[in-house]
Amino acid sequence: MTTAHVYKRDHINTDEIIPARYLNTDDANELAKHCMEDLDAAFVKKCKPGDVIVGGVDFGCGSSREHAVWALQGAKVGAVIADTFARIFYRNCINCGFYPIELENAVENINDGDEIEIDYESGVIDNKTQGKKIKFKPLPDFAIEIVKDGGLLEHIKRRPS
Amino acid sequence: MGMTITEKIFARAAGLDAVEPGDLVNADIDVIMCHDVTTPPAISMLKEKGIDRVFDPDRIVVTPDHFQPAKDIKSAELHKRLDTWAKEKGIKHYYKIGRAGVCHALLPEQGHIRPGEVIVGGDSHTCTYGAFAAFSTGIGSTDLAAAIATGKLWFKVPASMKFVLKGKLPHGVYSKDVILAVIKAVGTDGALYRAMEFVGSALNNMSMEARMTITNMAIEAGAKNGVIGFDEITQAYLDAHLKDKTEYTVFESDPDADYVETVEIDCSSLEPLVALPHLPSNGDPVSDCAGAAMDQAYIGSCTNGRIEDMRIAAKIMKGRQVAIRTIIVPATPEVWKQCIDEKLADVFYEAGCVVSAPTCGACLGGFMGILAEGEKCVSTTNRNFVGRMGHPKSEVYLASPATAAASAIEGKLADPRKYL
Repeated sequence: MTTAHVYKRDHINTDEIIPARYLNTDDANELAKHCMEDLDAAFVKKCKPGDVIVGGVDFGCGSSREHAVWALQGAKVGAVIADTFARIFYRNCINCGFYPIELENAVENINDGDEIEIDYESGVIDNKTQGKKIKFKPLPDFAIEIVKDGGLLEHIKRRPS
Repeated sequence: MGMTITEKIFARAAGLDAVEPGDLVNADIDVIMCHDVTTPPAISMLKEKGIDRVFDPDRIVVTPDHFQPAKDIKSAELHKRLDTWAKEKGIKHYYKIGRAGVCHALLPEQGHIRPGEVIVGGDSHTCTYGAFAAFSTGIGSTDLAAAIATGKLWFKVPASMKFVLKGKLPHGVYSKDVILAVIKAVGTDGALYRAMEFVGSALNNMSMEARMTITNMAIEAGAKNGVIGFDEITQAYLDAHLKDKTEYTVFESDPDADYVETVEIDCSSLEPLVALPHLPSNGDPVSDCAGAAMDQAYIGSCTNGRIEDMRIAAKIMKGRQVAIRTIIVPATPEVWKQCIDEKLADVFYEAGCVVSAPTCGACLGGFMGILAEGEKCVSTTNRNFVGRMGHPKSEVYLASPATAAASAIEGKLADPRKYL
């Protein structure tokens, strides 16, 4: 069971996910200490392994820094659920083996603190708190394979075409 | 069905006769831009996976810029990793400190950008190079690693949006005001996943420097790339800047090319804009927001740190004094040298500004001009997100070099037109 941390905000950007003042390192554990710091300084303390972040439209806009995904992974965030994602962030997620879930009206369907369970392959979020199941369009098979392999480079290494 | 410039470049790079939006293509990469924040992780990933090779050391351009000169021990370590790798791989175009500059100003200036080519870089503002009728986009470190090793990347061909920049810019209104007006019109995700193609008469009077300010901020509307067609202004710039490889292919959009949306901007009726905190789409006419007190002015970055920007700022500051901290950051060593040769540096000094070495610096809250809690900065940069230039409770107001210079003099947001 994972807890949802809901931010009723659109355009949550990469500067909020990991401020540039911490980009002098690419160590995920170091970055994780500052994950979401400029949006919610308490996030790192309350996030349990596997918890998810929920946001509005255009999540991850701004910089191409993959550090944003590494910070989320380092903080043991399980997934991000948002109405839409910015393009580079979305691609970086898949490349890092991190699942971005596109869900319409995400912040209306999930409340802060809701306990949820996600079936990534069939595309169902089971909101235990609200007692409802919400469908989302799962990633295409090739992207699920990349995510399962732990990212694009590992995927290439394991499955030379 | 005809094709757009972007589609034609993808068809060429993927070895296909034609492509259409939505097609997945495996494209050959012509140039890769590498800097100090996103490239060291890419190098480490390749080493870790045992695929430690580069596809072509002559087509990778390396310049430290974000934290250069090194701002602390950790960034010095990043520079060391970049330096060791660049030397080990025999990277031909490696700009070390003294020749290093803000990447998106440096690459065109040093002749690495050609029409019709595919350029990627580990930086979101890589879309700048589309001003040269090229396809260019920003990528993360994993994609960068894959591109460095293979010289190829897969792309989904984006649908194109046409932006018709009608009319002629009034006095005191610049290309920065145009792109802020465009982003205000469509929003920060108004061109998500799309190509933004800019056309129209207002471009006729814009230098390549001015045009690069427009394509630079395509990412602030969520776009994959921004592109401007080739003309005699493009050619004149290339004639003056291309060095070792001077041939290139010019693609033009077909008259019957398909655009998902067309947006018209009447440039003749624009006035200087200021994007208020905390989104680049919050453009407000300067006449509405003039008078708001500022603590700092920052003139530089890949958006507005080129020589033309320096000249505009100096023209306004000449013989005047700045009322607030004012930081001038020429984007490349060449721009820096031109500031000295043209005596712009004297103007800045006499006005009370500080002139820094080329760096991305404070634009992204790195160093060289960080804001304290509650401070406000009028800046010629590209993002005004929460905490972008410092404390999470500081504020960034995006504007043209003219507006930033006028605001520096008055110590508050000011209309530059009275100084021109």
